[in-house]
Amino acid sequence: MIVMFGIFLLTLLVITAIAIVRTSNLFVGVMLMGIASLLIAANFFILDAADVALTEAAVGAGISTVLFLSALALTSAQERSKSSNRLLSFTVVAVAALVLIYATFDKPRFGDPLAPVQTHVAPWYLENTPTYIDIPNVVTAVLGSFRGYDTLGEVFVVFTAGIGVLFLLGSGTASSSLPRETNNEGLRHYLIPRVVGRFLIPFILLFGLYVQFHGEYGPGGGFQAGAIVTAAIILYALIEGERRALAALPQRWLLGLMAAGPLIYGAVGIAGIVMGGNFLDYSPLASDPVGGQHLGILLIEIGVGITVTGVLLSIFHAFAARGR
Amino acid sequence: MTTLLDVLSWVLLTLGGISVLIGGIGALRMPDLYTRMHAASVTDSMGAILVLGGIMLQAGWSLATIKLIAILLFLLLTSPTSSNALASAALLAGTRPIAERKQDREETP
Amino acid sequence: MYYVVTLATLVTMGLALIRAVRGPSVYDRVLAMNMFGTKTVLLLSIIAFLYGRPDFLDLALAYALINFIGVLAVLEFFRVRSLRRFAEIGEEAKTE
Repeated sequence: MIVMFGIFLLTLLVITAIAIVRTSNLFVGVMLMGIASLLIAANFFILDAADVALTEAAVGAGISTVLFLSALALTSAQERSKSSNRLLSFTVVAVAALVLIYATFDKPRFGDPLAPVQTHVAPWYLENTPTYIDIPNVVTAVLGSFRGYDTLGEVFVVFTAGIGVLFLLGSGTASSSLPRETNNEGLRHYLIPRVVGRFLIPFILLFGLYVQFHGEYGPGGGFQAGAIVTAAIILYALIEGERRALAALPQRWLLGLMAAGPLIYGAVGIAGIVMGGNFLDYSPLASDPVGGQHLGILLIEIGVGITVTGVLLSIFHAFAARGR
Repeated sequence: MTTLLDVLSWVLLTLGGISVLIGGIGALRMPDLYTRMHAASVTDSMGAILVLGGIMLQAGWSLATIKLIAILLFLLLTSPTSSNALASAALLAGTRPIAERKQDREETP
Repeated sequence: MYYVVTLATLVTMGLALIRAVRGPSVYDRVLAMNMFGTKTVLLLSIIAFLYGRPDFLDLALAYALINFIGVLAVLEFFRVRSLRRFAEIGEEAKTE
């Protein structure tokens, strides 16, 4: 029965994808992409992957939609008519799709208990997490400790994306004069969203902190928490205006957050070497190895969270400051 | 006692499902933006209260109930705000309600 | 017991999608996106209970939040665009 729900959601996703491609109004495309992101996140949830669903919803449906709309506010709303060779691109895409579909014939069937990942990889992690790391959420254990090197790479990728965008767009300190300052006050004239938003922002920040530190016991972790805290500050920027948001959390702090995240991560890795283990080995960090693992995972999740917050907010301010 | 709770939560869940469906059909078939908004708000308030209330009865006194109360409070606080903001934005941009349009044109509907 | 409500919510999500695709004005589509988000919150709460995992209710709360902020972002977009259009109209009127 749950599989039927999953198939129904995937059908809706196909319909949404077709509608995104066929519309020529970019704003409609952005709205439908938000809906597609929610559909995929619901599908991940039905497949019992809660961390991925939370990240997809927070980043895909929330922050991506806001960033696309900020970019769309600077350009026109209609798509340009295509001038390139459509037949060639159609052929290339069709060939690539057929090759991919042919490659899926070799995969094991969906949910097969004899697949290699279910007999070798997953049981190893499930059996060894209680002995080595002893936290209930195995996803965080794999992400933080067993595959910590990959997560280090991810943090650096996020950091690189942030500085790439800042190179392209400028750092968001609105150096040009603001021509109509009284009108740039955000949604100040809408009284009800302003009151409700100001009431809710502390609770959203608290929820973000909860998701950050609860990532070892349930779905959560650094990426999701960074997106939620960014959402709270974007809410503040939407309601009170860009200037006040930059006064509340200045650009220097955001750059500092962006840089401090990978720094913390690398420092934890090097601290492992200094204390006598390997790089990113958390066991020597505390008196007993399991406590060291807990401390290490806590510190790197903090690093991930502040990197994601700094990068997403810098990108948002870079877009929003260009329109003035 | 548990049978009573089960029956009550089944009733609440079914009524909630019906409200959600009615709101969805209304959002599809209503003639104008504002009437569609009115139909969609039925799902956000009545549907949410009934469905989450039904689940809360099944959960008993536990942490899950507190989280469900938090979700319900958040939904009840934010979805009327979104509807209000959307309606005022549409009104400021110039979308007129259908009753006013028909009055202006003086044509038979 | 939960299957009926899940089915109703899924059908409503489909109807909201039809409204998002068909809706003549942009505000219809924003309304559809908002409705879709709140239905996803309900769907997640029900399925979290269906699976017997009350931990997953954090996701529903996060989705409700994201939906709210998405709608307010859309309204800010409209406000900026209409301001720009009014400014252009004002400048055209000045140069005439």
